[in-house]
Amino acid sequence: MAKVFEKSTAFFETFERKPSMQKTTHYCPGCGHGTLNKIIADQVAELGIQDQTIYVGPVGCGVFIYYYFAGACASAAHGRASAVATGISRSNPDGIVVSYQGDGDLAAIGTSNAIHAANRGENMIVFFVNNNLYGMTGGQLAPTTLLGQKTTTSPNGRSEKNDGFPLRMAEMIGGLEAPTLVARVGVNNPKNIRQAVKVIRRGLEIQRDKKGYAFIEVLSQCPTNWKKAPQQACEWIDDVVCKQYPIGVIKDLADERAPLLRPREKANFAAVAKQLGLDCEVPVSSEDISLPSEEMHFKFAGFGGQGVLSLGMMMAKLSMQRNLEVTWLPSYGPEMRGGVANSSVVVSKNPIGSPVVAKPNVLIALNRPSLEKFGPLVPENGLIVYNSSLIDQVPTDLKGQVHALPATDLAAVAGTVKAANVVVLGFIARKTGMFDLAELEKFLGEIFEKPALLEINLKAVRAGWTA
Amino acid sequence: MKKLVKGNEAVVIGALVAGCDAYYGYPITPASEIAQAASEYFLPLGKVFVQAECEIGAINMVYGSASSGLRTLTASSGPGISLKMEGISYLAGAQLPCVIVDVQRVGPGLGNIGPEQSDYFQVVKGGGHGDYRTIVLAPASVEETYRMTIDAFDLADRWRTPVFLLTDATLGQMMEPIDICQEPIKAIDKPWALDTTPESNNNLVTSIYLDFDDMEAHIESLHEKYRQISETEAKAEVIGAEDPEIILTGYGITSRLLRSTLDELNARGIRAALVRPQTLWPFPADIYRKTVKPGVPVLVVELSRGQFVEDVRLTLPGHPVSFYGRVGGNLPEIEELVARAEQCLQEVSHG
Repeated sequence: MAKVFEKSTAFFETFERKPSMQKTTHYCPGCGHGTLNKIIADQVAELGIQDQTIYVGPVGCGVFIYYYFAGACASAAHGRASAVATGISRSNPDGIVVSYQGDGDLAAIGTSNAIHAANRGENMIVFFVNNNLYGMTGGQLAPTTLLGQKTTTSPNGRSEKNDGFPLRMAEMIGGLEAPTLVARVGVNNPKNIRQAVKVIRRGLEIQRDKKGYAFIEVLSQCPTNWKKAPQQACEWIDDVVCKQYPIGVIKDLADERAPLLRPREKANFAAVAKQLGLDCEVPVSSEDISLPSEEMHFKFAGFGGQGVLSLGMMMAKLSMQRNLEVTWLPSYGPEMRGGVANSSVVVSKNPIGSPVVAKPNVLIALNRPSLEKFGPLVPENGLIVYNSSLIDQVPTDLKGQVHALPATDLAAVAGTVKAANVVVLGFIARKTGMFDLAELEKFLGEIFEKPALLEINLKAVRAGWTA
Repeated sequence: MKKLVKGNEAVVIGALVAGCDAYYGYPITPASEIAQAASEYFLPLGKVFVQAECEIGAINMVYGSASSGLRTLTASSGPGISLKMEGISYLAGAQLPCVIVDVQRVGPGLGNIGPEQSDYFQVVKGGGHGDYRTIVLAPASVEETYRMTIDAFDLADRWRTPVFLLTDATLGQMMEPIDICQEPIKAIDKPWALDTTPESNNNLVTSIYLDFDDMEAHIESLHEKYRQISETEAKAEVIGAEDPEIILTGYGITSRLLRSTLDELNARGIRAALVRPQTLWPFPADIYRKTVKPGVPVLVVELSRGQFVEDVRLTLPGHPVSFYGRVGGNLPEIEELVARAEQCLQEVSHG
């Protein structure tokens, strides 16, 4: 292992991405970020993973990490670095993804994204820089602010009554099953820094080996907003902050975990077509078909479970296979309640405008509320087929040609009442003259794979045809 | 080969044919079939599918995925799109290509799951912060939903910008045949993408420019791009009479209703034409100005209390433009629209 005595090669030599003062960082004197940046860059260089490493910067004092790290970088919206890193990690299965976040970013506005990335065990390393407050915006209260600590939005000190308790993120994340490494380190004194180097190296090795999610909370001094001299700030971490946020490894399962690989593949059109089942789609017939009206407006209605949606779909599909224009529109939402579900199907030789069926020229009513609701809408030359097994009273205000079909009874004889919709299909195919029996039987053969089920449905469609 | 599918499923099939590699989304009615179909098809093909913890998570995963150069898709409905808006502003600012589908439902607030077109302002005018635009495509059928999803990916890559597909609960839930075959994919090299090659070490995806002059230059360059998009990508279909007495206009599902209205008006001896925008941004202003002759009344129909109509009025200053809107999940009946069109004609002849 080569010892690094000079600036890490994982840092830019001069900070070209920085608009001015390209030899110095934007961090305040005594800030912990610089030390953390250096440890990360050293370890990335030593592990030889610079090209694979992609950094995600937060909103907060870490926003400009891309000035320094000589690597592919993305800036995330406030709080969203773990979500952005998820997208980058899934897109680059061979990448090493670093999400660099602060207190407000990770522990407040972006908590949900942080927790869920951890819980999915994303292949990423998250650095959570905890300096107890919002540094960039001027030292406001953060979820990590200590009880009694004065900030610009807790001028009298944090009170549990008004602000709740300091949030221990490492312990929270450590309670999840998926993360491989969860630890808290400090960058405030040589002893802590030496330990931080080890833990950070461990976290990056886990990334190199694809062993899942690593979370490293870093206690970092903020002399500017703490209003302390740099040395006092470092000592304050040892004397006070560490009591609330103890340093140490909370969880390390790297040795027992197998790599977590999420490879991506490129799918060509043939693979897509196979996945979509296109190779078994029935070819469209070019035979001409005669329609009773120029545009057929079907309404299939009944209560949920009678198969009125699938009956409409069967009519639409059969028509599509005969090269006709079709639309199928389900009722849903409030209409579904109160006993009336329906599907509207329009079949035409010409392009269809509205898919809405306001005046059906064929109505199938499988229960009484459907007949009462839609029956009066059918014009004089329209067809009304009602399920006489379940409907004993027919409204008196119907204008269309009314046919009673004991669909449920005929289906029961065929083998199951659930086939009542197929009984209806046979009946209306003959009444409208749109399809012949052989066509229907062939169609049912394509949709029912189980022989016993097919047999029942063939019986049902024949019963409807001959009724 | 033809396949009978819901509009929502057509989005996913179009995405697959367009070579989309990643889907990130969150369930919401009436858009959930998109996430369901994506989970069914994407994972077995080795593509990325993640059900995110929230809409905000989903759009930021899209940001990461698009940063990495993948053709990336997400979908939601009004309330979810509202949540995604901050992320969409970042995507536009960082010039990241991606496709976002809004299957519009009823608002404001929780509203209901019926169809409306009341997300026009938030989607077409840009609901996020800052001075940006997104291309917005408005399909009117399931087949067009499929075709436009493919187009959306090409447009997104060509212009390095988020592209919206604006549909609604009816288009998403209805089934029509789509004709699926291999399409020429206009794959574009993305040297700016974040990946694991040494060449990408200098790549930076960001929308922050601390220096005011740099920021101004960035915004100017975005708007130069938007100017070019406006000049080249605006589309609308015009059907009906050559010399109409009345012009009907609406987008998406409303244009289907207006097509039936047009047929009914023709049957009554009234010459009508329909202008159907296929892009809402850029707005096809030139097509309106060319089609609409002085004095010919224009009837705008939309499923809102008047959003799209503002762009029609801006395009045709001083022109008689009437508005008819239904909301709450209701679609107007054809008779209702015919009566409204006849009323417009009367107002013009009396006015």
